[in-house]
Amino acid sequence: MDSVARLQQVSLQYGKTCALDSVSLDIPAGCMVGLLGPDGVGKSSLLALLSGARMVQDGTVEVLGGDMASRHHRNRVCPNIAYMPQGLGKNLYPSLSVEENLQFFARLFGHSRGERRRRIDHLTRSTGLYPFLSRPAGKLSGGMKQKLGLCCALIHDPDLLILDEPTTGVDPLARAQFWDLIRDIRRSRPGMSVVVATAYMDEAQGFDWLVVMDDGHVLDTGTPAELLNRTHSDSLEAAFIALLPDDKKEGYAPVEIPPLPEDGHDIAIEAKDLTMRFGDFTAVDHVSFRIRRGEIFGFLGSNGCGKSTTMKMLTGLLPASEGEAWLFGNEVDPHDLATRRRVGYMSQSFSLYGELTVEQNLVLHARLFHVPEDDVAQRVEEMISRFDLQDVRGFLPEKLPMGIRQRLSLAVAMVHKPELLILDEPTSGVDPVARDNFWRLLIELSRRDQVTIFISTHFMNEALRCDRMSMMHAGVVLDSDQPQNLIAKRNAATLEEAFISYLIEATADSSDATVSEENISDPDSETPASQKQRPPRFSLQRLWSYLWRETLELQRDPVRATLALIGSLILMLVIGYGMTMDVDDLPYAVLDYDQSTISQNYSLNLSGSQYFIERDPIHDYADLDRRMRSGELALAIEIPPGFGRSVLRGDNVDIGVWVDGAMPSRAETVKGYISGMHTLWLQQRATESGYSGMLSSAVDVETRYRYNPDVKSLPAMVPAVIPLLLLMMPAMLTALAVVREKELGSIINLYVTPVTRTEFILGKQLPYVGFAMINFFLMSLMAVTLFDVPVTGSYPALTFAALIYSFATTGLGLLVSALTRSQIAAIFFAMVGTLIPAVQFSGLTDPVSSLEGGARTIGEIYPATHMVTIARGIFSKALNLQDLAGSFWPMAASVPVIIGIAIALLKKQEH
Amino acid sequence: MASNRMSRKLINIYRLGIKELWSLWRDPVMMVLIVFTFTFSVYTAGTSMPDTLNKAPIAIVDEDDSPLSQRIISAFYLPYFMPPQMISLQEMDSGMDAGLYTFVLNIPPNLQRDVLAGRDAEIQLNVDATRMSQAFTGSGYVQQIIQSEVSEFLQRYRSNTELPVNLAVRARFNPALDQSWFGSLMQIINQITMVAIILTGAALIREREHGTIEHLLVMPVTPAEIMVAKVWSMGLVVLIAAALSLNGMVRGILNVPVEGSLPLFFAGAALHLFATTSMGIFMATLARSMPQFGLLMVLVMMPLQMLSGATTPRESMPEFVQNIMLIAPTTHFVEMGQAILYRSAGFDVVWPQFLALAIIGSVLFIYSLERFRKAIMQMA
Repeated sequence: MDSVARLQQVSLQYGKTCALDSVSLDIPAGCMVGLLGPDGVGKSSLLALLSGARMVQDGTVEVLGGDMASRHHRNRVCPNIAYMPQGLGKNLYPSLSVEENLQFFARLFGHSRGERRRRIDHLTRSTGLYPFLSRPAGKLSGGMKQKLGLCCALIHDPDLLILDEPTTGVDPLARAQFWDLIRDIRRSRPGMSVVVATAYMDEAQGFDWLVVMDDGHVLDTGTPAELLNRTHSDSLEAAFIALLPDDKKEGYAPVEIPPLPEDGHDIAIEAKDLTMRFGDFTAVDHVSFRIRRGEIFGFLGSNGCGKSTTMKMLTGLLPASEGEAWLFGNEVDPHDLATRRRVGYMSQSFSLYGELTVEQNLVLHARLFHVPEDDVAQRVEEMISRFDLQDVRGFLPEKLPMGIRQRLSLAVAMVHKPELLILDEPTSGVDPVARDNFWRLLIELSRRDQVTIFISTHFMNEALRCDRMSMMHAGVVLDSDQPQNLIAKRNAATLEEAFISYLIEATADSSDATVSEENISDPDSETPASQKQRPPRFSLQRLWSYLWRETLELQRDPVRATLALIGSLILMLVIGYGMTMDVDDLPYAVLDYDQSTISQNYSLNLSGSQYFIERDPIHDYADLDRRMRSGELALAIEIPPGFGRSVLRGDNVDIGVWVDGAMPSRAETVKGYISGMHTLWLQQRATESGYSGMLSSAVDVETRYRYNPDVKSLPAMVPAVIPLLLLMMPAMLTALAVVREKELGSIINLYVTPVTRTEFILGKQLPYVGFAMINFFLMSLMAVTLFDVPVTGSYPALTFAALIYSFATTGLGLLVSALTRSQIAAIFFAMVGTLIPAVQFSGLTDPVSSLEGGARTIGEIYPATHMVTIARGIFSKALNLQDLAGSFWPMAASVPVIIGIAIALLKKQEH
Repeated sequence: MASNRMSRKLINIYRLGIKELWSLWRDPVMMVLIVFTFTFSVYTAGTSMPDTLNKAPIAIVDEDDSPLSQRIISAFYLPYFMPPQMISLQEMDSGMDAGLYTFVLNIPPNLQRDVLAGRDAEIQLNVDATRMSQAFTGSGYVQQIIQSEVSEFLQRYRSNTELPVNLAVRARFNPALDQSWFGSLMQIINQITMVAIILTGAALIREREHGTIEHLLVMPVTPAEIMVAKVWSMGLVVLIAAALSLNGMVRGILNVPVEGSLPLFFAGAALHLFATTSMGIFMATLARSMPQFGLLMVLVMMPLQMLSGATTPRESMPEFVQNIMLIAPTTHFVEMGQAILYRSAGFDVVWPQFLALAIIGSVLFIYSLERFRKAIMQMA
């Protein structure tokens, strides 16, 4: 048999965790291969290696006849591989519509406009997505998201289709439709190989060949029939457990459910016409049911069908829009804290405090539920031993395996001995052995302790274990009964079939489930020549594709868009008004002990100044002290008794001046003003009394304040603030744009599509250069109008400089993004990393020429330095392009260097 | 019964607060942030605030080349001025255009001869006034230096008369006008605001991202209890960190004397924290995720700090900015902090700020609680 991929001794480590341990495998070509195993056994890692998204660490991975460690080979085969990562729509863009998502991918693979239209129409028609082309991907149901993911993967006719858990959390009907779709595609393209990972063991029954995995190892391979034979099992789940190594199976026994005693018609929960609306969307539509005390009641349904919402209404987390519910005969009231003490709740995702130890979590919950203080310790011990947590009591939950966390969650939900347990998908992501162990605990709680259990799940075999169950779809309960009765009612062989039959009935008239008869195969498909060849090294279309998408996404994110459009303006207003160094309107008062005409003349001299505002005269020292302490006076003048007489006689006399030194820079300025005015007064006196010769000094220093004759703050500040803001905001937003993709997972499209790093980087950068330029125009407009700072030099030259500078600053953002993984870190590093050098070394306060050593070197190469010089030159010094050539060249030279480094640091594969 | 319910509430608030403290203790990023902001960044703010004139670049065009001009040239030295560059008259304009020199002194031919002959002599000082920080105070220094050099030079030839009326200028509350007094204390005040907002906001967003808020809500605790617990616990952490920083870093290491009553200051800080932690909760309900919270912080913190009077005096801002900033708690806290810490004002002086903070804090708290109640429903 031909193989599509061959792995030899492949190992993969994430830090200390070993995801794959020396795996060797031959995957046959042209068939449907399933990777089987619970979460976290290395399935996704294996698929990521096959698709080229993740870098090969150890061993060799050959796909489509070449080594995936070679970049050359990856570039050649990547257009022939399609990869759909795990998680509903993880590589899609939620704010983009179905059409826009498909256009984006089609452009990346170089299709022409007409070809894109034809392919998109064809794919969406055959998957039933056509009516939803304009709906944002984030608003699609789980099944539709997966179909869209599949369309995006199929847009370029791949030879190898890699699907990572494509049906997890999708309702059975959508799941069945999905597999039908895959079957159709394979029928029309028989040569195509499909590799699928799945956690639903039963789904794999129809595959051609299986790989069973656990804990980074391959347990066994073969056709489903072979595996069942070898393990003498009747289901793949049983076969999986049989294949597990012995230490894992230790203590395992199949789950047995004692029958529910028939006595007692005590009702624990009753819901009547429970309805929940969010806006015009009805999440839960007139749901009614009754649950007896001690019963295990199951809710079966896909993600987003309203299971969690119903449970939240019962716990009082959400107030119902309509309908009523009773717990133990009491109406559910979100404000009734007493009923809450009778209910235990375990939410969908693990949600205990990761920062508290296992024991602390238990103690905290016991106390918040008001378990009497004396009983807390004993109760916690009881839970620890009952749920087998002795060995991990001092551990932080984050470090524990899923199975143990699940037990801890249950222990926490049980710590106050509730009569009712509400469990929202408690077993997702847990391996079958741990799941069965968990169920044994539930059964014990139900049968022995008479705890009523209300559980939701999307696993059929779990639903089968419930005493009674409801099938739910799109907010409506389809039917409720004992599982066996439901199967019987529909004449189905399995619960899954029964569910599908209910779903078909329910959705018969809704269009989202209809799959048109149009075949997915398309014999006329003219395969573009470019596609099967090696894609071009550089393609403007791919660059444009990223650019267009980035702009669309930004438009739909209000916080980022605001920041991109007017963030700099807001900050410029703040800085312009907040950083002014002008000192005006200083409150002062005079303590005049002399009260002569001369002393009054002296005070008058001060009050005429624009810098000072006179307050009521000071009476005495106590008054002076009080008023200065309260901050009412910034300056106090004390004129001594006999001042006038002394001046007339020419005796030496001191005027006391008290300056509020709390803010030293202001005090310095005040001192400067007051001594200047004092000198002026003296000169006036001297001229008046004919002593002018006595005071004139030998040399006049004629001070010319150039460029800013009034020595005003704003004309000095504004030209320097513009480069600062053009640096900070664009750098931060560009960094975020890239890191966001890393955090949300869509970066995978860079890894597995033909887009190159340069195209990616430029596509990400250009929109922000555009926004930086808009900000630049707005800021210069604000400078001229609001702040009254004219541009004296050549404005076109300034615009040109701003353009070059924006490339440099957004490039710095890209550089930051290459070094960070989380958005919050990107914000922080972009702020600190750009602001500190800009404020300290780029001549904002101290000119670069007064720096020394390393600081000077940084100052000389940092683009902000040159932009500050250019902005000051053009705003205040009436210069033009030629005059500032010495600053333009180094700034322009920094652009390719910065972008080059950013490209070099960006990885085309996950490490 | 009522008292029983009350004590339940208090116990819940206490327990939830203790839980917040544990969460914070085990969050290395936040712990580093707290330590960094209250030690290192206070220290640098105290030491690196440049004195008004520091290493100003100066160039001199000496067309006289006399002993007097040499004397003047040699009077400019570090740390106020860089060693003067000797340039020609032609180089002056281009050098100033390129921003190489803040000051260029032009000593005319025959300066010494004219001075000795008692004729009018004039030295031209060109100042690059786009460099505000150096231009204004610097030119005063330059003039003083020239005058004193010239008069000392002349002393040998004729005696000079003193001015009859002197100014005895004294700076109160900070006699040497030491920048570190201002910088370090204002930094603490700024950090109190910033850290309080980040800690409470992040604590709420973390609960929301981890889904733990949902867990709390099914328990017999109310949203008000959850919020009060966050307010008291995070406020307490900031208060302790600020107290340690003020005593250890500012008074201990930086040797800044603090005259006023510390208990009064921290009482005010507690009131301020009540307002800012509520604000943190409010912002966390606005932001949908940690990154959005980060972006909001950038937009909110800058105005709160720069326009509060902690960097530049309020009276030099336009009146409408001053009025708008009256609704910001930082304005009152800065005013109160400056009055208490620098001018050792008592409660009789700062009570208006206390009152303002109490009002702003209550409004913010009530409004945030309202929003928190609504938002929490959407979170669950």
